[in-house]
Amino acid sequence: MSPLRRRLLFGVPLALVSAGGAAMYTLLERMRTDQYDPRAFPSPLLGKPLPAFSLPGTGGLPGFANTDLTAPPRPVLVNWFSSWCAVCPQEAPQLAALARQGVPVWGIDYEDTPTALAEFLATNGTPYSRIGADKSGLTAINWGVYGVPETFLIDKTGIVRWHFAGALTDELVAERLQPLLEQYA
Amino acid sequence: MRRWLLALALLPSLALAQSTVTRDGVTLTQAQEAEAEQIGGQLRCLVCQGESLEESDATLAKQLRGIIRQQVVAGVAPSQIQSYLVQRYGIFILLKPPFSPITWLLYAMPVLALLAGGLGFWATRRGATPRPAPLTDAEAARLKELL
Repeated sequence: MSPLRRRLLFGVPLALVSAGGAAMYTLLERMRTDQYDPRAFPSPLLGKPLPAFSLPGTGGLPGFANTDLTAPPRPVLVNWFSSWCAVCPQEAPQLAALARQGVPVWGIDYEDTPTALAEFLATNGTPYSRIGADKSGLTAINWGVYGVPETFLIDKTGIVRWHFAGALTDELVAERLQPLLEQYA
Repeated sequence: MRRWLLALALLPSLALAQSTVTRDGVTLTQAQEAEAEQIGGQLRCLVCQGESLEESDATLAKQLRGIIRQQVVAGVAPSQIQSYLVQRYGIFILLKPPFSPITWLLYAMPVLALLAGGLGFWATRRGATPRPAPLTDAEAARLKELL
C-alpha cells in the first residue's frame, strides 16, 4: 500500500464525514434561527396575480376584493390571521412597525367571529388598514393558504412577490421583506 | 322460485352499491366515496404533512375532502380534481411527486449512487498492486532458516 493510498483511505472518509457533519450543523442552526423551515413549500401564487375573491369587512374596517389589489399605489402586505391563532400575537410588533413605516398592511381574518376578533385586536393592536373576513375558509383554499399566520407581498401591478407561512420575525423582515419593499416601491 | 331466491340473495349487495354515505358534509354513493378516497389518499395534508388528506383530522383536510367529494358528485374527472388542488398548493400536495425539472434528481439518485459506487469499486480494483510472485526455492529455504 503506497503512502498516498494510505493517506487517501484515511483522509477521504474523514473529509466526507466532516462535510456531512458541517452540513447537518448548518441545517439545524438555520432551522433554529427560522431561516429554514423543512415544512415550508413555495406558494404557486408567486409571480402570479391573486385569484378572484371578495371579502366583507370586519373589525370596523372595510373588506377588500382582488380588484382592489390589481394596481395598488404601493406594494401591499396581506396578512392572514385569526383570533384563535396562537402564534399570531408574536408578529404583532413586526406588523405594527411595518404599518408605521407606511406599508399598507391588509388583514384577512380566517374562520373567525367578530366578537373574538374585536378582543384580539384590543389585545394585540390593529396594524391593518383593511380587514376582510374569510368565514368559510374557502378564499384561503383558493390562495393556497394552509394555516395562519401567512403573509403575502403584492406589488403595484398586482403580482404576488413574496410569501411566508409562519409568524414574521425581525430578521425575516430586515433580510427578506425590506429589500423587496424597496425593489417594488 | 329459484330466480326469486337468487334475486333476494343479491338484494343486499345491490343495496350496498346504491346506498349513500355522508362524509365531510357531502352525501354520495359508496362508489363515489371509494373514488374520492382514492383521490384523497394520494394527496398530502398540508397541516400534518406526514398524513394523507384521507387520514388527517385537521380542519383544512376535512374541508378539502369535502371539496373533493363535491367534485366527484358533480362528475369532475379525478385528474381534474387533482390539478384543482395542485394549482392552489403546488406539487407539494402530491404524496408521490411527478417527474419534473425540480424532481429529476430525486428519481435519478438510485442510478447515480450505483454509478458512483461502481466507479469507486473500479478505481480501487484498478489501483490494487498485483500479488507478489510466489517464493523461489532459495527464498523458501532462507525463510525456513530464519524462522
